[in-house]
Amino acid sequence: MKKKPLDRLNKFIIFALLSIFAVVSLLPLYWVFSTSLQLSSYQSMDMERPVSYVDSNPPKMYPMGIPLYFEHWKGEREAKKAGDAELEAYHQAQMDHIVSNTFGSFKSLFKKHDVGKWFFNSLYIAVVVTVGILLIDSMAGYVLAKKRFPGRNLIFWIIISTMMIPGQVTLVPLFIMVGNLNLMDTHWALILPDLSMVFGVFLMRQFMYSIPDELLEAAKMDGASEWRTFWTVVLPLAKPGLAALGIFTFMNVWNSFLWPIIVLNTAELYTLPVGLKTLQDANLASFKLLMSGAAVAAIPMIIVFILFQRYFVQGLTLGGVKE
Amino acid sequence: MTQMPMGAVPKKKEEKMKLFRKPNKNLFRQMKKNYSAYLFLLPKLILFTLFVAIPVVWAFILSFQKYKVFGSEFIGLKNYIEVFQSDAFWIALKNTLLFTVVTVPFGVISALVLSTLIFELGKLSQSLFRSAFYLPTVTSMVIIAMVWRWMYNYDFGLFNYVLGWFGVGPVNWLGQSNTALWALIIMQCLIPFGVGIIMYLASMGSISQSLYEAARMDGASKFKQWIHITIPLLKPTTLYLVLLSTIGSFQVFTQIIMMTGGGPGSATETLVHLIYKTGFRDFDFGLAGAQSVVLFVIILIFSVIQFRVLRHDE
Repeated sequence: MKKKPLDRLNKFIIFALLSIFAVVSLLPLYWVFSTSLQLSSYQSMDMERPVSYVDSNPPKMYPMGIPLYFEHWKGEREAKKAGDAELEAYHQAQMDHIVSNTFGSFKSLFKKHDVGKWFFNSLYIAVVVTVGILLIDSMAGYVLAKKRFPGRNLIFWIIISTMMIPGQVTLVPLFIMVGNLNLMDTHWALILPDLSMVFGVFLMRQFMYSIPDELLEAAKMDGASEWRTFWTVVLPLAKPGLAALGIFTFMNVWNSFLWPIIVLNTAELYTLPVGLKTLQDANLASFKLLMSGAAVAAIPMIIVFILFQRYFVQGLTLGGVKE
Repeated sequence: MTQMPMGAVPKKKEEKMKLFRKPNKNLFRQMKKNYSAYLFLLPKLILFTLFVAIPVVWAFILSFQKYKVFGSEFIGLKNYIEVFQSDAFWIALKNTLLFTVVTVPFGVISALVLSTLIFELGKLSQSLFRSAFYLPTVTSMVIIAMVWRWMYNYDFGLFNYVLGWFGVGPVNWLGQSNTALWALIIMQCLIPFGVGIIMYLASMGSISQSLYEAARMDGASKFKQWIHITIPLLKPTTLYLVLLSTIGSFQVFTQIIMMTGGGPGSATETLVHLIYKTGFRDFDFGLAGAQSVVLFVIILIFSVIQFRVLRHDE
């Protein structure tokens, strides 16, 4: 097929249009990082009072520390050449101030607030739940797909039918139950209900169907136990499904919010989203600080997304396949 | 084909019939023979029973009770009557409906249009834009709500600044009862529906090219091809996405608690935020239980209607 010039023009217009939409959709995320690194106090020789570029109208579209640092760096070199020690020291002090102010909110997040702890809590809860879900749901999905036993279909349909019920329905009973089990304000109150999510059973069952029966038979012939077959034959074959499920579980747990704000009351136990809410409640107008907190919470998911993008797509298209 | 889910259906029937015909002895023998299967299922079954099944049943029971730590009493439909008689519920329902009715069609249609445009491009640009539109979806709503609260700031917010270019004066978006809900709706519309874009792209890839070639032979324009081939064939995906985003939209909560707290007044009160307040601020468990059952029923009704309207025409 030969390309017509009109085709190329069309493609260019589409590309330009999509770029505009992409910029709009990524702007809030950019704004988080831009504000978190914005200079919140700066005073040069010709200014009467220090200014904040966070609260400025019109807004500064990028961290002002970058051009100002460069300016002072040039100034410092010129002062050095001219042999003006006083001016050189002034520029140096300004440069130090710019660096410490730009990253200052991150420093105070980790020093004055418990962000480091919240980050760790979120991370370890997400990892524990993800590993647990992968094991538990692949076990369940495997037998539901590959074994025939009385009650198989009944169990599957009971589990799947609860996927239709919105999570809010069980909030109150779960709250009472967690209280009765003496788990209130502990991480178990988050981990156990998260491990009970049913989506993974559905996903893994779908996935396990594609494993050839002959391989399972062969393993049986070799005298492998059920567990060995599962561990050495089934799991390696289910890797793509596990990857997709793992990523979605991690994302859901990392971002989960409603249930954690209900059961957690101790600042030390907060997960990042809960911590960010209390941070916002206490510092309603310190947008540089708030955006720094938001940035800390956003970075891990962005990294996970970039590394495992392929599996995001896979997981979505797998999960959407209806029988 | 026996490995496909579809192939399992006739076997299921067979199995059931066997169970009914043969005496229980056989059932136990079969269960015993397959004990390892039950062991594999056990962890999930225990967790599921404790933290899903029991709470679901309990939620329905609670909604007919006045909860007390020692000995709740049954009060019949009183909780439900209270739900339907309170203004707060109707306001929350109205706000949630408005939010859903605007954001769901907007999200799905814009996902369809965007993925159509993306699909026209080469592989590299396709994956580039797919990522650009999906990235905001993996970001926690808490973060998005925080940055939008900042962007909606009256004095220094980005949003008022950009509006200024078009001559629109500064608006106190979140602070006024006549703009607050719309501010949340606009924000939702500007977050790309990443899941939708990825799923539409996947479905578009599986449409046979021969259909388009035949249409081209008949002289159908690109737009006509889109209307008469692409959109009808994407209908199952559209149904899935509409259902998915409606369910999500009825549960809107994070933005509310992070940005407005339901205010000013009750201008942005939504159903889930109301349940949260009733249950965990006022600790009226019975009433919150009834509210959440009502929410479930509303979502169910909407899902059934959408399913009826959008499913394959037979």
